[in-house]
Amino acid sequence: MEPPLLEVAGLRTRFDTYRGPLVAADRVSFELRQGEALALVGESGCGKSVTATSIMRLVRRPGLISDGIVRFRGEDLLRLPEPAMRRLRGRRIAMIFQDPLSSLNPALTVGAQIIESLRVHGIARGREARERAVKLLTAVGIPGPRERLRSYPHQLSGGMRQRVAIAIAVSCSPELIIADEPTTALDVALQARIMELLASLREERRLSIILITHDLALIGQFCDRVAVMYAGRIVEYAAVEQLLARPLHPYTEGLLKCIPRLGRPDIPVTPIEGVVPDLVSPPPGCRFAPRCPYVMARCEQREPPDYRLPGGRLARCYLREEGSEGAPWPPEKRG
Amino acid sequence: MAQSLADRRPNGEMAAARLGTMRLLLGNRVALASAVLLIAFVAMGVFAPWLAPYDPNRQHPEAIRTAPAWQSDGNRDFVLGTDGLGRDLLSRIIYGARVSIALGVVVVLLTMVVGSGLGLLAGYFGGWLDAVLSRVADTLLAFPFLVLALAVMAATGPNLIALVLALAFKGWVDFYRVSRGDVLAARHADYVTAARGLGASTPHLLFREILPNVVPPIIVLAALRMATVIIAEASLSFLGIGVPPSIPAWGTMVADGRADIAAAWWIATFPGLAILVLVLSVNLLGEGLRDALDPRMSL
Repeated sequence: MEPPLLEVAGLRTRFDTYRGPLVAADRVSFELRQGEALALVGESGCGKSVTATSIMRLVRRPGLISDGIVRFRGEDLLRLPEPAMRRLRGRRIAMIFQDPLSSLNPALTVGAQIIESLRVHGIARGREARERAVKLLTAVGIPGPRERLRSYPHQLSGGMRQRVAIAIAVSCSPELIIADEPTTALDVALQARIMELLASLREERRLSIILITHDLALIGQFCDRVAVMYAGRIVEYAAVEQLLARPLHPYTEGLLKCIPRLGRPDIPVTPIEGVVPDLVSPPPGCRFAPRCPYVMARCEQREPPDYRLPGGRLARCYLREEGSEGAPWPPEKRG
Repeated sequence: MAQSLADRRPNGEMAAARLGTMRLLLGNRVALASAVLLIAFVAMGVFAPWLAPYDPNRQHPEAIRTAPAWQSDGNRDFVLGTDGLGRDLLSRIIYGARVSIALGVVVVLLTMVVGSGLGLLAGYFGGWLDAVLSRVADTLLAFPFLVLALAVMAATGPNLIALVLALAFKGWVDFYRVSRGDVLAARHADYVTAARGLGASTPHLLFREILPNVVPPIIVLAALRMATVIIAEASLSFLGIGVPPSIPAWGTMVADGRADIAAAWWIATFPGLAILVLVLSVNLLGEGLRDALDPRMSL
C-alpha cells in the first residue's frame, strides 16, 4: 500500500491566553490517502480550523504548535524551514476559506489575484498567466471569464466569489486542498453547486481534500472518511457510510440526532444538552462526559484512549472497550 | 441576492466600469469644477512668466496704491491695482501661485511617503517599533503647529528648505496614524491569511496585499492635507517667517496690505481671495476623491 499523502500524528496547538494555556487541538491524529476526501466535523470551537491552520503552519500568535508531526509525502512540515514552507503553501497544499468576500482582497481585481498566485510560484507570468486565469475561471464555471478578470470581488455574487476562491486554490495544481467550511456563507442551492464543483475538480485533478464542516448532511456524498472532533480531540474516526449508519461515539450520535430529516416528522430533532467545556480548564476525564447520556463513573476520572475497532474505525469512548482490537491507536506519547 | 448588479450587465459595459474612479470623479459637478479651478491655478504658476503683465518685483513709483481697473480712480495698466511699493498685484498673484502650489505638493509628498511608510511598518510589525513611533507621533501632536514651526524657523532662518521642514515636521503624523490604523485592520483580514496560505512572503503581503487597501484613504488625506499646508504656509508668510521676502507669496502680500486695508482694500483682499479659492478647490476635490475612491461606489 502506498504511504499516506498526509499523516497527522499527535498534533497539539496551544494558545497562551491570560487565563492560561488553551489547548485548541490536542493530540490530533489522522491520515489522508491520495485522492481521498476527509471530513473534519464538529461544533464551532472544537478545533477544526485550528487543525487546518496548523497543517498549513498559519497559526497566529498567541497560537503555537507545541507538539506533533504533520507528514506530507513523507516530509515533516512542522520541521520545514519557513521559506520551504512558503513554497509549499498554495503550490502543493491550498486552502479555501469560509467567507469568500473576506478571503479575497477587496482592492485587487479577480484577475490580479489569480495571476498573482501563479506568479508567486513561478508557474506563469504575463500573457500566459492571463490565459491560464481565463482557463481557471472557465473550469470553475464562471461565465464571461475574460471580462470577469477585471471585476473586483464586491462586483460578484457570493457563489461567484467562492468559485473565484476555488479557482485561486486550484491555480497551482495543488495535491491537497483544505476547504474550511467552503459553503457555510452560501444559500442551500449554491452550497450544492459549489460541492458539485469541488467533487468534479477532485475527480479531474485527483485532488485530495480535507473538508471542514459542521454540516454532517454535506459529507455523505462527498467524503470517504470522517473525523469527528470535540473539544480539541478527535473522538471518532471512520468511513463515512459506517459512521452515518452506526455512530460509535455518543457525541457523533448526538450530532446526527441534531439533523432534521425531511419528510420524517416522526424522527425528533434532539439537541445535545449542555455546552462545550472551557478548554483552559477542561474536565479531568472524558471531555464529553458532562454532556454524555451514557456517562459512567470512570468517564469522569480518566480520559478514555482511542479504541481501535473493526473496519479501521476509532472511537474515544469506554463504551467501545469491549470488542476493540489490539492496542489503542496511535500510541499515546508519554510525558 | 443571488446575482449582483454586475452579473446582469452586458459585457461591453465592463470596460467602462474599469474607469470607475475617474468617471465618478468627473461626474461629480462640484469636484469637476474644483479640478478645473485647480488646473487653472497650476497653469497660472507654470506659465507665470508669460501670463504676468509685469515682473512681480518691479516697482512703479508713479503708480503706488493704484486702485483696480474698474474703479473710477483705477488704471487699465494695472488690472487688480498696485501695492504700497507700486508693484502690480495681478503679476504678484500669478507668481504667488508657484510658491503655494509647489510648497503644498512638496510638503504633502514628503509627509505622505514618510508618514505612510512608517505607518505601514509600525502597523505590520508592531512591537517596539510601533511603540516608539507612536509615542513620537503623540508627542508631536501635543505641540501646537505654530509653536513648532516658529521654533524650526527661528533655528534656521527664513529659507525654503527650512520652511518645507517646518511644514512637514508634524504633517507626517496624520499619514502615519491613518496608514498604521488601516494596516492594523488589514493585517488580520482573512485575505491576508489567504495570501499567506498561497505562499506569499512578507514583502509581498505588505506591498501587494495590504498597501492597495491603504492607498485610497491616503490619497484622500493627501488632498485634504494639501489645503492645510497651503493655509499654513500662508500663515507663516503672513507672520513674516515663511517664504523669503524676495519671492512673491500670497501670505506675505496679505501682510503687506494689512496696514493699508482702510485706504487700499485691494492690496490684502486679492491675495486673500486667491488663498480662499485655491484652498476651497483643493478641499472640494479631496472630498470628491473620497467619494469616488470608495470601492463600494464603483459598482
